Amino acid sequence: MPDLIAKPALGVAPVTHAGTTLAEIPLPQIIAIAPYPGQAAAVGAALGLAFPAPNTVSESGGARLVWAGRDMAFLIGAEASAATLPEGLAAMVSDQSDAWVMLTLVGPRAVDVLARLVPLDLRAAQRGQAFRSALGHMPLVLIAEGEGGFTLLTFRSMARTAWHEIEEAMAKVEARLALSA
Amino acid sequence: MRIDGKGRIDRTRPVTFRFDGRSYAGYRGDTLASALIANDVRVVGRSFKYHRPRGILTAGPEEPNALVEVVGPANQTPNTRATVQELFEGLVARSQNRWPSLGFDLLEVNDLAAPFLSAGFYYKTFMWPRRFWEGLYEPLIRRAAGLGRLSGKHDEGLYEKAWAHCDLLVIGAGPAGLMAALVAARAGADVILCDESAEPGGRLLADEGMIDGAPAAEWVARVLAELADLPNVRLMRRTTVTGVYDDSTFGALERVGLHRSPRPNLPRECFWRIVAKRSVLAAGALERGIAFQDNDRPGVMMASALATYLNRYGVVPGKRVALFANNDSVRATARSLMAAGVEVAAILDSRPDAPDEPGIVVHKGAVVQRARGRMGLREISFTKDGRAQRLEVECLGLSGGWNPSVHLTCHLNGRPRWSEDLAAFVPMEGAVPGMLVAGAAGGSFSTHGCLASGAEAARASLEALGRAAGAVELPRAEDAPYVIAPLWAVAGKGRAWLDFANDVTVKDVALAAQEGFRSVEHMKRYTTQGMAPDQGKSSNVAALAVLADATGRGIAETGTTTFRPPYTPVSIAAMGAGGRGAGFAPQRFLTSDQASRDRGAPMVEAGLWYRPSYFPKPGETTWREACDREVRMVRESVGVTDVSTLGKIDIQGPDAARFLDLVYTNTFSTLPVGKVRYGLMLREDGHVLDDGTCARLGDQHWLMTTTTAAAGLVMRHLDFVSQAFCAGWQVRFASVTEGWAQFAIAGPKARALVASALGHAPDLPFMGCAPVTVQGVAGRLFRISFSGEEGYELAVPTRYGEALFRDLTARAETMGGGLYGMEALNVLRIEKGFITHAEIHGRITAFDIGMEKMVSAKKDCIGKAAAARPGMTGPARAQLVGLKPLTDSVITAGAHLFAQGVDLVREQSAGYVTSVGYSPTLHSHLALAFLDNGRARHGETVRLVDRLRGVDVLCTVTDPVFHDPKGEKLRA
Repeated sequence: MPDLIAKPALGVAPVTHAGTTLAEIPLPQIIAIAPYPGQAAAVGAALGLAFPAPNTVSESGGARLVWAGRDMAFLIGAEASAATLPEGLAAMVSDQSDAWVMLTLVGPRAVDVLARLVPLDLRAAQRGQAFRSALGHMPLVLIAEGEGGFTLLTFRSMARTAWHEIEEAMAKVEARLALSA
Repeated sequence: MRIDGKGRIDRTRPVTFRFDGRSYAGYRGDTLASALIANDVRVVGRSFKYHRPRGILTAGPEEPNALVEVVGPANQTPNTRATVQELFEGLVARSQNRWPSLGFDLLEVNDLAAPFLSAGFYYKTFMWPRRFWEGLYEPLIRRAAGLGRLSGKHDEGLYEKAWAHCDLLVIGAGPAGLMAALVAARAGADVILCDESAEPGGRLLADEGMIDGAPAAEWVARVLAELADLPNVRLMRRTTVTGVYDDSTFGALERVGLHRSPRPNLPRECFWRIVAKRSVLAAGALERGIAFQDNDRPGVMMASALATYLNRYGVVPGKRVALFANNDSVRATARSLMAAGVEVAAILDSRPDAPDEPGIVVHKGAVVQRARGRMGLREISFTKDGRAQRLEVECLGLSGGWNPSVHLTCHLNGRPRWSEDLAAFVPMEGAVPGMLVAGAAGGSFSTHGCLASGAEAARASLEALGRAAGAVELPRAEDAPYVIAPLWAVAGKGRAWLDFANDVTVKDVALAAQEGFRSVEHMKRYTTQGMAPDQGKSSNVAALAVLADATGRGIAETGTTTFRPPYTPVSIAAMGAGGRGAGFAPQRFLTSDQASRDRGAPMVEAGLWYRPSYFPKPGETTWREACDREVRMVRESVGVTDVSTLGKIDIQGPDAARFLDLVYTNTFSTLPVGKVRYGLMLREDGHVLDDGTCARLGDQHWLMTTTTAAAGLVMRHLDFVSQAFCAGWQVRFASVTEGWAQFAIAGPKARALVASALGHAPDLPFMGCAPVTVQGVAGRLFRISFSGEEGYELAVPTRYGEALFRDLTARAETMGGGLYGMEALNVLRIEKGFITHAEIHGRITAFDIGMEKMVSAKKDCIGKAAAARPGMTGPARAQLVGLKPLTDSVITAGAHLFAQGVDLVREQSAGYVTSVGYSPTLHSHLALAFLDNGRARHGETVRLVDRLRGVDVLCTVTDPVFHDPKGEKLRA
């Protein structure tokens, strides 16, 4: 057991507006895997997960391999740890667990909220899709969870801004709904 | 005056509002303009230049006269169009550009001075003496001429920005837009229908037309009900599409909360960016006036506005009305007015062959010569068959024809085409990729024409989208031809207004032509026609027709000015929603942030990060005291500072060493595992990009460190080099800046502090690195120094950052050390002559900073060839030096250096200061500077001059390394 206390990026309680909830997944496990040229299929096979094509996620058991940009995927899940990866992967393996804040936005208005911040059409987003985009002025890895749910990754140091901007967008969406109600 | 039984307002919901301090009553569904008309308020503003009393001219977004200030609890919004502003309980509005009051405005004296205030008067009248322009004339003119006032405070209101995507964007929900949306929606397309009004329907609600044998409003209601039931349609009310941009992206402004009293979290406006695969422009047409003497008197109004006020709002601006037109469109309005019990004195039709109108006096071939009634129309005079006659009326409806709203088709550089038949500009085909124009915006003025062209535009759009339109049955509607005989201005004496908003008359345009401003673009700028907030919506076609006449050319040949976004005014607050104050950029916080703030450290922003400037102690009154103490602490004991902001890039792969050899000037492939090397990186053009250390963590595993400011820049550069030059290489990298919290520990007691934190003495040579376990956490230890003292940097995963920071702080303090901030860090590095981006500012070569030997001769690197170009090295270049003032004087960064005895002129500047600080170690102010041929000038005295801050000090030129030049301390 380490003597140093581990702190999540935010350590805040979830907030709900208009039936849609923003929450932090504290201390996520994320490993960036970037296969060397021509090695994507072999790396995928070694991991037991298809290396994801752009904008997709491959999933097996508790682990997910999320497309995270050019020639790179994030291995996310409880078992994702550099120590448990097979030896000699023909890929860069970089532990990114502490580099990102992981948020979830779930509910009937999640798409409307994200439309305030993300320049993507997410109305038809389904589980199995992932995007690199921008959350306002912040970098974003966005994972569609299906049924109005999303997982968002942005820089850990920007967590407070991200939380503030998403919550503000949620409150505005809720205020608009109150008008039509 | 309100007309019983007319209008679409909700008479069960009365609303009170204030205008110019007086309380009035209206109804839900009114605009401010319709409510003012209902209350017989005739004068609503003063004109821009002459301060003439003005009334409401239109019923739409094109309004040039009725601009008011809307005053809310937290906002004061000037130039709000009363014709657009919806009424709500408690609305407070004020008229503009008058003093002391709307009824009595002292600056109306301008109207008497009109002969001296013609077009371009300020170019002629206020030329001499020249120096009076800025101090006297311009402020005077600005005070006299004007619009609304800003509050001078921040706009604390909430605004919003949002994105929307669709297959088909339909702009405008009149007959053409509704039909287009309906056809596309029924075919299953994903449709957004935008309408600027609160209630869609366009002129179908404003005129009393019939569709399928029933009032058109019933058809509108049926279509809206069907659209509301379809899940693939989004109807955006109160949303004006304001601009067309690349890649079929549209800007649109939605009035979300402006039509009601403020509510928590409800945005006032939302600026939408709509990405549409296809679009249909169904923005309708705007009616234009006819110029004659004093045609701007309150009570003179567009005929179509009269119809709108009567049929939508149940109000009329006078009991006795006349209509003046050059086309048939006023006839229906006349019939509506009569049916509502308003007396229509006559229709004055300029066409000698105009048709008769049963039950109404029609003066054929008649033109209005003059309107009378300064504070409200009393009488018009007109001529018919050469005979002058007078008519007492309170209101005159004007129709000089219709201008299709072609604006959006011009935003990507399309030029509209002149149609002789319509006497109007119509859109150029294909002006906006993917956009089709339907209805009046495309020149189809009949209801049938609108419905048919809307359906056809939808069908063609669906085809382009790969969808089939179902069978379309067009509803039956009138299909009267549009018959017009152009009439722009009635010849005669006096001033006849074209542009009401900017007070531009027929004479002004003629004067511009006479003075040589014959191009329409020149005329516009000389007269200011079309340059007011209304952008000349109701005036510019008439103005250029007058210009065409004055220059003896045709209208097509004269052309039109360029329509640019936005179509109607957009609040900057909406476009910049969320960006005020701290919202401007993301804030990046260190894990040590709270601990630093707890100690009272003022935070400074660097690369979006917030870093502690210094840590004040009780009794310290200035930042300098704290800074000096912290510097001495590091030099004498031990200091801890958070350096997590430095960029960190994880680089891996069999070709990683080769890649580093390419991006750094010096060689890295020879570096053993467990060692760190300082590296310099050049841009392709040979100038210094960044500097930093790079550690070899394993045979194929490296950790590059960048400066805080250039972390993103270096990452982008590596991406570029890797993709452009090394695509097949076995190397990959990722930023881990955010993943590690890293703390510098520096000073004679640094080793002891690290030993205390790790539980054992660190066994690391200078520029060594090793994995360590810090209180049970896997971390990394580097022996590097940015202070010149023995220094370590200890890194742990970010989640442990705060805990380690507090731990190190406590340990340091028990040893007589403590925290140091950015100010002390800066002094420490200046004492050592270490550079930052103050020095490597983009115009600096490796030679300039004395590092040309770091550019390896044995290998190539990015920027090496370019750095060898003539002029990139040599004595003519300014080179990095140190400066020490001869006396104990403050010196400043940004100051320029001069040889002693030369004139202090730009040409004599021999260099400039980049960094300064007070060194408590050397008891002197110190500077780093660039001086022409500086390395050969150590020991010389130069004059340091900062004219902005009044600094003029003699300094000795020295080596840039002031402290421990041999580096004995850091290698200890």
